[in-house]
Amino acid sequence: MKRAGFANPWLPILLLVPQLTIIAVFFYWPAAHAIQSSFFLQDPFGFGSTFVGLENYADLLGNKEYLKVAGFTVVFTLLVTFLSLGLALLLAVKADNVIRGAKTYRTLLMWVYAVAPPVAGFIGILMFDQSTGPLTAFFQSLGWDFKLGVVYSDTAFAMVTVSVWKQVPVNFIFFLSGLHSIPVAVREAALIDNRSASGRFWDVTFPLLAPTGFFLLITNITYALFDTFGVIDTLVKGEPGNNPMNLVYKVYVDGFRGNDLGGSSAQSVILMVLVLALTVFQFRLVERRIHYT
Amino acid sequence: MASVILNNLKKTYPNGFQAVHGADFTIRDGEFIVLVGPSGCGKSTLLRMIAGLEDISEGTLSIDGQVVNTIDPADRDIAMVFQNYALYPHMSVAKNMAYGLKNRKISKAEIEKLVARAAQVLNLTEMLDRKPSQLSGGQRQRVAMGRAIVRNPKLFLFDEPLSNLDAKLRGQMRIEIRRLQRELGVTSVYVTHDQVEAMTMADRIVVLNGGRIEQIGTPAEIYHRPASTFVASFMGAPPMNLLAATAAENGAVSLGQDIQVAAGADLAAGRKVTFGLRPEDVALVAEGGIPFDVQIVEELGANRLLHGQVAAQPFTVSVPKDNPATTGRNQLLVRPETVHLFADGVGARI
Amino acid sequence: MMTDTLTETPTLVQPKAPLLRWRVITDHAVLIVGALFMLMPLVLVFTTASLPDAEIVKHGLQLRIGDQLDDNFTKAMFETSGFTDANSGLVMLKNSMILGVGFAVGKIVLGMMAAYALVYFRLRFALFAFWVIFTTLLLPLEVRILPSYEVIQGLGLMNTYTGLIVPLIASATATFFFRQFFRSVPEELVEAARIDGAGPLKFFIDILVPLSRTMIAAMFIIMFVYGWNQYLWPTMITTDEGMFTLVRGIKQITQVLEGTNLPEYGRANLLAIIAVLPPVAIVVFFQSWFVKGLTDSDK
Ligand SMILES: Nc1ncnc2c1ncn2[C@@H]1O[C@H](COP(=O)(O)OP(=O)(O)OP(=O)(O)O)[C@@H](O)[C@H]1O
Ligand SMILES: [Mg+2]
Repeated sequence: MKRAGFANPWLPILLLVPQLTIIAVFFYWPAAHAIQSSFFLQDPFGFGSTFVGLENYADLLGNKEYLKVAGFTVVFTLLVTFLSLGLALLLAVKADNVIRGAKTYRTLLMWVYAVAPPVAGFIGILMFDQSTGPLTAFFQSLGWDFKLGVVYSDTAFAMVTVSVWKQVPVNFIFFLSGLHSIPVAVREAALIDNRSASGRFWDVTFPLLAPTGFFLLITNITYALFDTFGVIDTLVKGEPGNNPMNLVYKVYVDGFRGNDLGGSSAQSVILMVLVLALTVFQFRLVERRIHYT
Repeated sequence: MASVILNNLKKTYPNGFQAVHGADFTIRDGEFIVLVGPSGCGKSTLLRMIAGLEDISEGTLSIDGQVVNTIDPADRDIAMVFQNYALYPHMSVAKNMAYGLKNRKISKAEIEKLVARAAQVLNLTEMLDRKPSQLSGGQRQRVAMGRAIVRNPKLFLFDEPLSNLDAKLRGQMRIEIRRLQRELGVTSVYVTHDQVEAMTMADRIVVLNGGRIEQIGTPAEIYHRPASTFVASFMGAPPMNLLAATAAENGAVSLGQDIQVAAGADLAAGRKVTFGLRPEDVALVAEGGIPFDVQIVEELGANRLLHGQVAAQPFTVSVPKDNPATTGRNQLLVRPETVHLFADGVGARI
Repeated sequence: MMTDTLTETPTLVQPKAPLLRWRVITDHAVLIVGALFMLMPLVLVFTTASLPDAEIVKHGLQLRIGDQLDDNFTKAMFETSGFTDANSGLVMLKNSMILGVGFAVGKIVLGMMAAYALVYFRLRFALFAFWVIFTTLLLPLEVRILPSYEVIQGLGLMNTYTGLIVPLIASATATFFFRQFFRSVPEELVEAARIDGAGPLKFFIDILVPLSRTMIAAMFIIMFVYGWNQYLWPTMITTDEGMFTLVRGIKQITQVLEGTNLPEYGRANLLAIIAVLPPVAIVVFFQSWFVKGLTDSDK
């Protein structure tokens, strides 16, 4: 609060009410509801429900299918996070080096930020199409009989590729802005101290980008967990079948399609705990994060 | 330790702006050279060309008898102290100083010894484990110095290293830097826009203006025989009085209708010149001098500044603190040997 | 003397310039490959949209301009598909606009109001309100999607713009952002305004809002893109085809491609292009605001 804040008693309440109402109705109520119904078993015919305690959770943890999805989620998240961070860092460093055309490169490398995930998925379908996709043709010329939607690992490959394509721009923007915030003189000092460009990168640039990197790490994990829903749903053409999927997609499939409200709610709660843990981890990092200035 | 030869160095930036129009001089082994000039005159550009941080557009630069135009900064064996110190924020003081040595494949034990010695010289021993963010401005400045001296390079380059310090600390560090440089005997190029720093520290001063060298010389030469009106007015505080004048008979110049001053010059009568006189080179006399109308008196403690007019042109005189002169009509005595004459227009010394 | 030794001609060392050249070339090469990686997929989708469907079915994506672009455009924008004949491209475009703009405006207005209350007023339950609001940053809509759906159903808000937009607004990103910004506004400003006799409303409207203009613009771009690109929530809330957004319609498009004899690939491709064009244009044209807004949100 500002030192010279206004003392008006009712105006701030009036200002807060719309936000608080919406949050109460569309955030707290559903979140509480999810937690509550995770302890109940929904009658299949819609005649009420019975309290089952932690049974829904126990079922999940014993469910091979669920564990497989969880396993895939971990692999998928790690791949998407590290590939898109790595690619974006490479491009940002190069874009920061060049003088000619720097602005054009920046534009060309960031615009995909605005492409919706399902549209990215749709483009993926065309690129990886079994009979006519240009990438499929390319893989076949390398002797890889790529089959989107048929071979589990091939579909997963397409999911990772499309998700990375979609995520590189955000990371690129943040890395580039991180690079810009490194004082020019510090880099010049390094130029005098170290003749090797890669040495300068790892000794000076990379550590100074670490704060941006930590921030992006969390952002990317969240992206891979939640925002890739559109990519996955489009790539599997709404037919999960035997295809790979992540935890959020399974919440949707079980709850919305399979009508297993209790199980789906338990899954939601598990995800909530996961996100909370991530956030706490992030705040810890931010707290301890080296503020260089 | 090395000599540096600048052979007609020119710099044109990619946007077409020419920042340096041919710098041509030699820096002797162990010499302390100060580049001075107003903001934007190309001091940093020239220094950064020597460092290898800017490409040289034209001309050759050699350090220690080797043309280094295309040599990377790291291979020129130089050390540089930046205006904002440019310390590595994620490294401790010790690591900051050791970094350049480490990359030059010097043994760990040797590095430790060198860092410890530099830290001792600069009074940084207590702070070796701190990060730059945990240091005061003056301490950071010393770390930047330490990073330069541990390397014992051929050449020190300084770009306004003291401009972020308060006046008192600046005075101390000025002496400190000069002492260290003498001890180590490392050839140095020092950029500043502060003429006091230039006068007190330099073996020789290079005065730059608009990308051109106006004069190179020892502080005494610069002060006593400024090569142009620019140098005359830039070096010295308060600056030299410059008046429009016309050459008269018998080596005198006339400042106005009926004011003639003996200047010991041998010029064709009627030639237009600029007449220069340092405020501290004139004396007030009771009578027989040229008229000086004082309008404002500034008390500086050790001396007093009288601001007024001579021949309807602004003029300043500096007198000792015990001189009782006040506003109103005064008389000035000009000694011919203290008069500087410059050609009208270009401003070159006559 | 010393000066004599200095005037000796210096020995020449082979210039090292070519090395630097190579570095510049590789930098550009990497960037060009990266830019193509980003650009090519959409370029292919676009060029292919100008080809006749029969050809697309046979050969897939191609880098070649045909003569069917206007034809496919007409089909995409004005012809309907689906079961109820209600989702022409034009209708979906309108819905997307309403979602994007409605979401962005709603978010900014509510966010600014709440942030203003939190930063500039002495409020007894300020800390409590702060936590209530900022907890929402922790849980994305996706994890509470089913119960949220039930709430909307219970309120009878299925297939309405309100049901589409309002639940998406129930998070604090904009509030958080404006709170940060207001806190960075110099204290003296309120003090000066109060001395000048401005009340809280006048101060907000005459001083704070104009001061936040670039922040508002940046937020608008980010939020518009975010709203426009929503997928899961519109998929659940809109079952009436007349309410579909472009991004929501993508699913329909891919499903339609499956069954038919001659799938309308050209039309589908064009719809995909139309679905990305407005947000991409906004991001590209207002790049500096957008980038600033985005990177400033990194606390
Ligand atoms: N990268 C650049 N591109 C174009 N012009 C430049 C560039 N860098 C500097 N200049 C111009 O070159 C001139 C000299 O700049 P330089 O930095 O050398 O000045 P300086 O003498 O160090 O000034 P100061 O005392 O303010 O540091 C200035 O007019 C400046 O505007
Ligand atoms: Mg400078």
